[in-house]
Amino acid sequence: MSNKNKFTHEKIETNNFLMIVLIFIVILFAGIVEIIPLYFQKNMLQPVKGLKPYKPLALIGRSIYVREGCYTCHSQMIRPFRAETLRYGHYSLAGEFVYDHPFQWGSKRTGPDLARVGKKYSNNWHQIHLTNPRDVVPESIMPAYPWLNDTPASDGSIQTKMKALKMIGVPYTEEEIQKSPEALINKSEMDALITYLQSLGIHVR
Amino acid sequence: MLGEFNNYFWPVLVASITIIGIIGCYVLLKLTGKKGPENDDNSTSGHVWDGDLEEENNPLPRWWVGLFVITIIWGLIYLALYPGLILTDGYLKWSQLGQYQDEVKDADKKFAAMYKDFGQMDLEQFINNRKAKKIGKKIFLNNCAQCHGSDARGTTSFPNLTDHDWLYGGKMIDIKSSITNGRNGVMPALASIGTKKDLWDIAHYVKSLSDSKHHPMKALRGKEKFGICASCHGADGKGNQSIGAPNLTDHIWLHGESFEGIVHRITYGINNEMPAWNDRLTPEQIHLVSLYTRMLSKDNH
Repeated sequence: MSNKNKFTHEKIETNNFLMIVLIFIVILFAGIVEIIPLYFQKNMLQPVKGLKPYKPLALIGRSIYVREGCYTCHSQMIRPFRAETLRYGHYSLAGEFVYDHPFQWGSKRTGPDLARVGKKYSNNWHQIHLTNPRDVVPESIMPAYPWLNDTPASDGSIQTKMKALKMIGVPYTEEEIQKSPEALINKSEMDALITYLQSLGIHVR
Repeated sequence: MLGEFNNYFWPVLVASITIIGIIGCYVLLKLTGKKGPENDDNSTSGHVWDGDLEEENNPLPRWWVGLFVITIIWGLIYLALYPGLILTDGYLKWSQLGQYQDEVKDADKKFAAMYKDFGQMDLEQFINNRKAKKIGKKIFLNNCAQCHGSDARGTTSFPNLTDHDWLYGGKMIDIKSSITNGRNGVMPALASIGTKKDLWDIAHYVKSLSDSKHHPMKALRGKEKFGICASCHGADGKGNQSIGAPNLTDHIWLHGESFEGIVHRITYGINNEMPAWNDRLTPEQIHLVSLYTRMLSKDNH
């Protein structure tokens, strides 16, 4: 056996708690170097020019986007490769997502990227397409979402949503939060989702 | 990289941890790589299995130590070449954005001459140039087919581009203008111009313009009420391409041909929008896809 007074690997290997602490320290250093500085990088924190927090109707639309799992087939992240920017437009910037909590970058493209789908098609097209994609794109494999036409956009949650976002730094004013339910009157979930889609990526060209 | 932070705190911290980490690895390697008094040739860890199977307590193998040293050297070279420490841009001045811009610049150089020729083509040259046609078709399929269909024959509310019925004109200059700036065809809601019965009469008159099935008496009554419609669609109902008012005398019904549909449109109006493409396509690409569109309707003649 080795000298008992010296610090050897045997001490670590036979002491669970010490091993956990040391592993934690190693991971902590990696985190300090690779993750935490990102929260202090300027271009991560500043919204791009013209970017505003989501309007109430668009915010509801965003929740529907998440609820229906759109992100499982559509990404919202154009990478800086020519092949991508040719098809989808300017590569995505960190400053475009500062009001997204959480962002909808996604990780898989069964359908096309939607980071700059805003204003690419008419509202009418979106309505037809979401009701039944095959009506405008016969070869599409996207599911149909016809019920969105009939379900109301207002589910009573808009003020709670906006307050929650305000707590984590989205600059909504009290007045905007107060008045938000008015924007949802007589609007369907379809209207909300289309409003959200039409707002995506329009501030950078 | 450095410019993305307000002060030196994070860059210095990142650089220090990285450098100290690498030095730490080397020191640890030195300490454990040596043979010490506690691990001479015959020492074991004290673990014994199956009576005589012992775990020897030897220093790290030389080849393994050698490989680890190589990874340390590789790490240092990498940090010299690339901006891994944030504090420096690295010898190669590499950045993700720079790499993208180089890629675009190379491609632009490669395609510039080609697009320069394509940007001035006329229809005859286009039809005889396989490569131009292929690119025109690709642009159409990637950008236009979602609404106008992969065969360009459109669907309800999305115009058929192959039928010679041009809402805004079928000359190259018109097509290019449609694509570049988009179009917004607006028909106002006209419920107030008469009773429900009047609107049905107008619908019958509209159908009569193209000799479609209609009720002659109703059409005759509808004609009297057509005046306000004529301001856009023309007194003869042949439409007006400068504002995109459809020709009502042909058998092409952009928004459907049912009486109910026509009455609905008169009652509520319609706002049919084609988005602008000037910030998604280059002028040369717009020229090519316009030629492609033009060719599709030529083929049908």
